[in-house]
Amino acid sequence: MSEEHTHTRTIAVDLVARVEGEGALRVTVKGDAVQDVQLKIFEPPRFFEAFLQGRHYDEVPDIVARICGICPVAYQMSAVHALEQIFGLRVEGALRDLRRLIYCGEWIESHALHVYLLQAPDFLGYENGIAMAKDHPVVVTRGLRLKKAGNAIMTLLGGRSVHPVSVKVGGFSRVPLRRELEGMKDELLWARDAAVETVRWVAGFDYPEFTSDYNDVALHHPDEYPFNEGQIVASSGLQISVNEFERHFTEHQVPYSTALHCTLQGSPYLVGPLARLNLNLEHLTPLAKQVLADCAVSLPMRNPFHGIIARSVEILYALEESLRLIERYEPPPVPAAPITVQPGIGMACTEAPRGILYHRYKVDGDGVIREAKIVPPTSQNQSRIEQDLRLFMPRLLSLPDKKAAQACERVIRCYDPCISCATHFLNLEIRRESSA
Amino acid sequence: MRKNGPRSSSIRIIGLGNDLRGDDAVGLLTVRRLRHTIGDRAEVIEAGMVGVDLIELMKGASAVILIDAARSGKAPGSIYRLDASVSPIGGQVFPRSSHAIGVSEAIELARAMDVLPATVIVYGVEVGTTEVGQPLSPPMGEALDQVVKQIIQECEACHA
Repeated sequence: MSEEHTHTRTIAVDLVARVEGEGALRVTVKGDAVQDVQLKIFEPPRFFEAFLQGRHYDEVPDIVARICGICPVAYQMSAVHALEQIFGLRVEGALRDLRRLIYCGEWIESHALHVYLLQAPDFLGYENGIAMAKDHPVVVTRGLRLKKAGNAIMTLLGGRSVHPVSVKVGGFSRVPLRRELEGMKDELLWARDAAVETVRWVAGFDYPEFTSDYNDVALHHPDEYPFNEGQIVASSGLQISVNEFERHFTEHQVPYSTALHCTLQGSPYLVGPLARLNLNLEHLTPLAKQVLADCAVSLPMRNPFHGIIARSVEILYALEESLRLIERYEPPPVPAAPITVQPGIGMACTEAPRGILYHRYKVDGDGVIREAKIVPPTSQNQSRIEQDLRLFMPRLLSLPDKKAAQACERVIRCYDPCISCATHFLNLEIRRESSA
Repeated sequence: MRKNGPRSSSIRIIGLGNDLRGDDAVGLLTVRRLRHTIGDRAEVIEAGMVGVDLIELMKGASAVILIDAARSGKAPGSIYRLDASVSPIGGQVFPRSSHAIGVSEAIELARAMDVLPATVIVYGVEVGTTEVGQPLSPPMGEALDQVVKQIIQECEACHA
C-alpha cells in the first residue's frame, strides 16, 4: 500500500512475516534522514505477571509455560530457579544435568525453526519457508529433522514437546530411565553431523556489510556454556550477580508499545545467541570451534546478520552437550528435592533461546505468589533493534517502498524476536516526510 | 501433547489452542470432548500451541481434522469448515499464529514437501475473548456442541 501526499509519504506493509507474534514497526523519514523508528510490541508476559499473583508456587511452572509456545522451558527454568532461591534450595547432580538437557532440547527446536524456516529464506531469496521448501526439500527436511531431535528431548523430559508438564520446583515429576535417554543417542548423533552441515551451510550465505558497536549481554559461568546459572556479564565490562539485575537494567514505558523497553545504564544492549557466543567462546566444544575456524568466521561477531551463524553453532553445541549429559546420566535417587516453603523474594536469569530471561517472585509463608516480574529477551532487544534500523535505514532510502520494507523485516528477523509470547501481526509502516 | 486411540488410525483429529486464554481453548475443549465419544473411529491429539510440528502430527494419516480458534470478524461462536486438501485455506480466518508458523503455513509447508495427508479439513470457531485467565465466553458453549456433532458426522462419513 502506498499513499502520496505533498509532504508526507506513508508506506504501510500489512505483515512482516516470519517473526513470532504481534507487533508493528513505524519508520519516519524526512528527506534523506531517518527521524524516528518505533517498534511496537504487544507483550503478554505483563498480563501473566498479574495472573500469577495469588497462585500457589507449584502452579507457576505450568502457567508460565503457556506464555510462549516456542520457549516454554526458558520460562519454566527461570521460574523454578527463582523460587528455589526463596526456599533455599540448590538443585545439583543428575537433576541439574536434566535441566541442562531439557534446555538443550528447546534451543535445538527453537534455533532449527528459525535458521531453516524463518531466516534462511531471506538469504536464499525466497518469500518464505514454504517457497524455499518447494526448491530445497532436502534442506528443509534436514531442518525439520533437526528440530524433531530437539522435540524428542523435550517430550522425553517434559512429558510433551509443546508446553512441558513435568518440570517442577525442586526437579521433575518424573525422571527418565537411562535406557530411555540412550534410545535417543543415534538420532542425536545424526543431528550433530547435520548441525555441522548447518553451520557450513549458513556460513556460506552472502551477508550485508553491516556492523554495529554492540554491548553484548549474557550469562557467564566459569565452567560451562550458560543455560541456568552464572553471572550477568557485558562486553562493556559489567559483571554482576543475577540478584543485582534490577539495579543496572531499567525498564522504561514507551508511549507506542505495551512492552517495556529495557536498557542497561540507559543504553541499548544485545542479548541472544550472538551476544552469548561472543561472551562464551571459551566454553564452545572443540568441534564447534573447529567448524567456526574452518568457515573462517571472525570472532567476536559484530554483524547482526551473523546471528544465524551463532544460532547454528548453538544447535551444534546443544547437541554435543546433550550427548555428553546422556553419556554420564545416572538416574537421581528422587525426581525432585523436597521443598521447605518460606516467605521471601527470589530472582533468576536463564538463557532462553533468544537471550536472558529474568524472573523475580515474592512469595508469602503459605507459598502463595504475591508479586511476579518477568523481563523477556525480546523487550531487552527492542531498543537495540530500533537502533540497528536507524543505522540500516539510510542505505534503504533509495529503494522502492516495498523493497525497503522487506529489508527492514530482514533486519528485525536477525533477532528472532519473540514478539509473541503474544498474538498475531507485525505491521510495518514507513512514513516519508519531505524535507521541504 | 496428549494422544489416545490407535496410532494406525487413518483419521486423526487434532485440537489446537491455549487453554489459559479464554476462547482460544475451544479447539482443545473440542478434542477433549471427542475423546470420550469418538472411540476407535479416530485418533485424538491435543496439540496445544503447536506450530510447524503440526506437519509431524499429521504425517501418515489418510485424513486429518484440525480444530482451532479463528478470528475473522464474524459473530463469536460462528463455525468455519475449510477443506485444505487441494488448495490453501489462506490466512484470513486463521491469523498468523504466535508461533510464526501457524495452521495455514504448516499445511502449506507439508504440501510443498509432499507430505500432506490426502484429506485435511480445518474447523475454526470464531472467538470472543482471548484474555489470559478468562473462561469461555457464552456463545462458545453452543458452538462446541455443534462442532463436536459435525466432526462425529464427518468421521462417520469417512468410515462409510
